[in-house]
Amino acid sequence: MKTATDGSAAGKARWEEHTVAPTLKTSAERAREFTTISGRPIDRLYAAEDLAGLDYARDVNDPGGFPYTRGIHPTGYRGKLWTMRQFSGFGTPQETNARYKHLLAAGGTGLSVAFDLPTLMGRDPDHELSRGEVGKCGVSIASLADMETLFEGISLADITTSMTINSPASMIFAMYLVVAEKQGANWKTISGTIQNDILKEFIAQKEYIYPPRPSMRLITDVFAFCAREVPKWNTISVSGYHIREAGATALQELAFTLRDGVEYVQYGVEAGLNVDDFVPRISFFFNAHSDFFEEIAKYRAARKIWANVMKDRFGAVDERSWKLRFHSQTAGVSLTAQQPHNNVVRTALQALSAVLGGTQSLHTNSLDEALALPTAEAATLALRTQQIIAHETGVRNVVDPFGGSYFVERLTLDMERCALEYFDTIDRMGGMVEAIERGFPQREVSESAYRFQQAVERKEKIIVGVNDFVVDERTAVPTLYIDEAAAARQTEHLRQLRQARDNGRVRRALDELKRTAEGHGNTMAPLLEGARAYATVGEMCDALRDVWGEYTETPTI
Amino acid sequence: MAKIRVVIAKPGLDGHDRGAKVIARALRDAGMEVIYTGLRQTPQQIVTAALQEDADVIGLSILSGAHNHICPEVVRLLREKGLNDVLVVLGGIIPDTDLPGLAAMGITGVFRPGTRMQEIIDFVSQRARSRADVV
Repeated sequence: MKTATDGSAAGKARWEEHTVAPTLKTSAERAREFTTISGRPIDRLYAAEDLAGLDYARDVNDPGGFPYTRGIHPTGYRGKLWTMRQFSGFGTPQETNARYKHLLAAGGTGLSVAFDLPTLMGRDPDHELSRGEVGKCGVSIASLADMETLFEGISLADITTSMTINSPASMIFAMYLVVAEKQGANWKTISGTIQNDILKEFIAQKEYIYPPRPSMRLITDVFAFCAREVPKWNTISVSGYHIREAGATALQELAFTLRDGVEYVQYGVEAGLNVDDFVPRISFFFNAHSDFFEEIAKYRAARKIWANVMKDRFGAVDERSWKLRFHSQTAGVSLTAQQPHNNVVRTALQALSAVLGGTQSLHTNSLDEALALPTAEAATLALRTQQIIAHETGVRNVVDPFGGSYFVERLTLDMERCALEYFDTIDRMGGMVEAIERGFPQREVSESAYRFQQAVERKEKIIVGVNDFVVDERTAVPTLYIDEAAAARQTEHLRQLRQARDNGRVRRALDELKRTAEGHGNTMAPLLEGARAYATVGEMCDALRDVWGEYTETPTI
Repeated sequence: MAKIRVVIAKPGLDGHDRGAKVIARALRDAGMEVIYTGLRQTPQQIVTAALQEDADVIGLSILSGAHNHICPEVVRLLREKGLNDVLVVLGGIIPDTDLPGLAAMGITGVFRPGTRMQEIIDFVSQRARSRADVV
């Protein structure tokens, strides 16, 4: 951008001296330093001189033009609105199926499956470690039979489904594909996403089963399989969301997520895949946190970094490999149990930042989520929040409205530069897998979490209703209570299934899965056979545990 | 005075350890001896750790809704081992309706989202110290 001809390079200094200084003498500012929620210092004012080195064509460019800082679509939301995809799942497949039908009837435009912890950890409902956890944090899925119930009456040919599943991603994906096949849907045209992002599990959410390297193989097997068989499927959703929730700053979320993405591409290439055959199906998932401008800059920087890295580091030539597409979810960690109605406002503002940052799809949290899983009423209000942003505020009318803002462009450049410094550090360690093995990103995240908590304790950061503007009485909101009935029903279903299915076929499928895992074949073929035979998630995961063992991390404070 | 010894544990399948680690660090910075067990500990493992570490306090972090299954089991095993005087506190997403039951089994300190670290430090140091004084 051109600097003003009146010599504004000196303008900001002159303004500080002649205008700001006298003001400060009579009325001081409220703090010595102003920082984002991530602790990044923010200047009083941004002006043309802050963008002195910026080259519009190289650094920003128009929407739809490389490096896509202003967005991947030339027409933004004037063409297609973002997908309103509400993450949902609890109890039994029957209960969750009913919630999905409710959300679709209310105008939701995609499904997003939340699985319970036993499913996420590859344990069946009747396993000892599943006690007390079945159906609590999501829906319990043990076999193809549960998956058929989950999508009963919902046409997988016509809807896109996102599934938040990581260690057992291939097993659940295999079941989904078999349900689609049984419904008569074509694998070549169905679309959706599996999260399938193990690196952020090691860094943040800790729902890992196998050690990093065999875990990476499961993922590259999905890349290869989908490139051939399910070409419109998003094979991975490289996620910063959980890294941020675990305490990372916006910058750390940006840097670790994109470096995770680089690691997946690297492993895919090393597995013999051509970059442009699988990178276009890699998608991303970011947190929409509370610091408005920092979030918008984060999304813009993410697009720019990905485009440059795919082109320069991996030599991608297909422009679809350069375009970073992302889902976003408002920050669960920002929700408060105190004065829970305030969460509606927080969520609306966070969602707005994701929209202004050009998200492809969005989940808005419900007001009661610091207390329990959301009720149907709370989940509907969360969806309405998106609809109000989409249809009443007018923000969809224009592409990247903050483009050219001195502040947002400067912040975008700064976040890009600092993220690339993290890239260098991780590259020097040998890559993200090696950095994780050394505990580097884990330590960085824990450190930020503790620093933030201290800042809250000292009231340097204010959380309304928690450390300021506190009221004595607790506001009661209705909450969803999940009892042990789901566990009893799921365990009984599983007992019946184990009696009714062809157990010889299950055994053969599991044996073939082990043989494949010991060798170099693609694991998706035996997993599909396992799914068709009604082998359970726990049985398929155990077969691979037998071959690869389990990962445990060294506990550190 | 001897340092208060605290075992911070994450039982169940849940891996969300932000709270457990922040609290572990806050208690350590407040001068206590803190042992963090890491993830996915069974009640048996937690009680064994408390026994081996001669813990005054066990802090459980449960965000998954499994507290009604895990807490009674931890309390039962503590009694079985004769560790009746170990203070058990709980942090996590705990519905109002579950509080009376938890209090009845002896879990008087339940800390939910938004609790100040100082409040937890004060609670633990007062309760655990009075126990240590008796001994």
